[in-house]
Amino acid sequence: MLAKRIIPCLDVKDGRVVKGVNFVNLRDAGDPVELAALYDREGADEIVFLDISASNEGRATMIEVVRQTAGEIAIPFTVGGGISQVDDMKRILRAGADKIGINTAAVLNPQLISDGARRFGSQCIVVAVDAKFNPEWGEWEVYTHGGRKASGIKALEWVKEAESRGAGEILLTSMDADGTKDGFDLPLTREVSRSVTIPVIASGGAGKPDDFYEVFTEGLADAALAATIFHYKEIAVPDLKRDLKSRGVEIR
Amino acid sequence: MTIAIVDYGMGNLHSVSKAVERLGFEGLVTGDADAILGADGVVLPGVGAFGDAMEHLRASGLDGMVRQAAAAGVPLLGICLGMQLLFGESEEHGRNAGLGLLPGRAVRFAGGSAGADAEGGVRGGLKVPHMGWNRLEFLQPDNPLLAGLEEGHVYFVHSYHVLPERKEDLLAVTDYGHPVTAIVGRGNVYGMQFHPEKSGELGMGLLRNFLALAERAGVEGDRRLG
Repeated sequence: MLAKRIIPCLDVKDGRVVKGVNFVNLRDAGDPVELAALYDREGADEIVFLDISASNEGRATMIEVVRQTAGEIAIPFTVGGGISQVDDMKRILRAGADKIGINTAAVLNPQLISDGARRFGSQCIVVAVDAKFNPEWGEWEVYTHGGRKASGIKALEWVKEAESRGAGEILLTSMDADGTKDGFDLPLTREVSRSVTIPVIASGGAGKPDDFYEVFTEGLADAALAATIFHYKEIAVPDLKRDLKSRGVEIR
Repeated sequence: MTIAIVDYGMGNLHSVSKAVERLGFEGLVTGDADAILGADGVVLPGVGAFGDAMEHLRASGLDGMVRQAAAAGVPLLGICLGMQLLFGESEEHGRNAGLGLLPGRAVRFAGGSAGADAEGGVRGGLKVPHMGWNRLEFLQPDNPLLAGLEEGHVYFVHSYHVLPERKEDLLAVTDYGHPVTAIVGRGNVYGMQFHPEKSGELGMGLLRNFLALAERAGVEGDRRLG
């Protein structure tokens, strides 16, 4: 049986970690490579880098971060943000990343999923979906451009299309839950997990260990991702994993 | 101490060589015959399709080099697809002959249709590819490759798995609906279906044990020559 995964997410801009980082035992808490290595030592199962650089220079810097990270950590890692072409994927995978996350570009051009999967294998292609409940529809809508634009596409249909085009995983962020620390969006996560057969990574809303337990059991998630609560040490990865293990969740 | 990581144009070898270096050895990514034959240990990595990989190996003559190194007693470690290549054949995209260093063959996880790698799917409740952290069960804990290590989770990504002909070649399995070949070993030829370089502490421990075997073989080889 596969273990449920705990995934810290690092927002990186121009080669620096931006979202609140509060580590006292690091020489340079803004260094994504050092932070990724720390999470590896703490038992994180995977790392996600979200590149929020706006410039080409910033993206070029990210390649260097990927190269260094690949030499420093012994767990898989995913890189997302601003990837819109197969050539972008190739550069990042060549630099040593294990998976590529695509979001807006996949919605605008779903063929990118198919092309990436054919070229590099499904296991490399993570489709990130930002979803928000649309009360008029009574279900969730996909948003693009960092959550700024409604796409008019139903999330449950989109994840199925992503899977049929060869996505290897869905990284699902609930815009309703994100930032609340009230727990993951269980109905959304459960519905998406039931709609596809590929693994679903739940994101948005984590505030306490219970939230992780619930998203793995009730939410049927295969992995759970969080940023701030890990960066600010509100929850330490080793404590979280111990807690989940003691409650019978399969954990590495 | 040099470990040759065979570069035959399949996949990213950076992580493997870095892991070898972190453990204090020189990791040389190379497609050069002399470098491979002169190394203390050889790692055969691999991602992608079996047939393509064998074609690349044959086209560059590296299949012969790897066989020669193995015959000379140099410790050889196949990783992921590299492990599958050690065996006689695979049914991936039709039948393909492997290196034939170990008897057995690679088959697709039950029910999955060949050629559907990019599509994935669930067969009998199991997702294909088998991807993620799964737990090793040691069948031969006394084997030097497993010495001093405890059973734990390692990171798998694969759609085909190996059925070895000889039980005694099977060092560890993992459970994915049925026991799945995870580590094989016979003489100086070893294979790991998962990615030790992506498998945290346990993965590094397994690599360290392999490197120790290479070191020992090197010392014994020198003694013979001396």
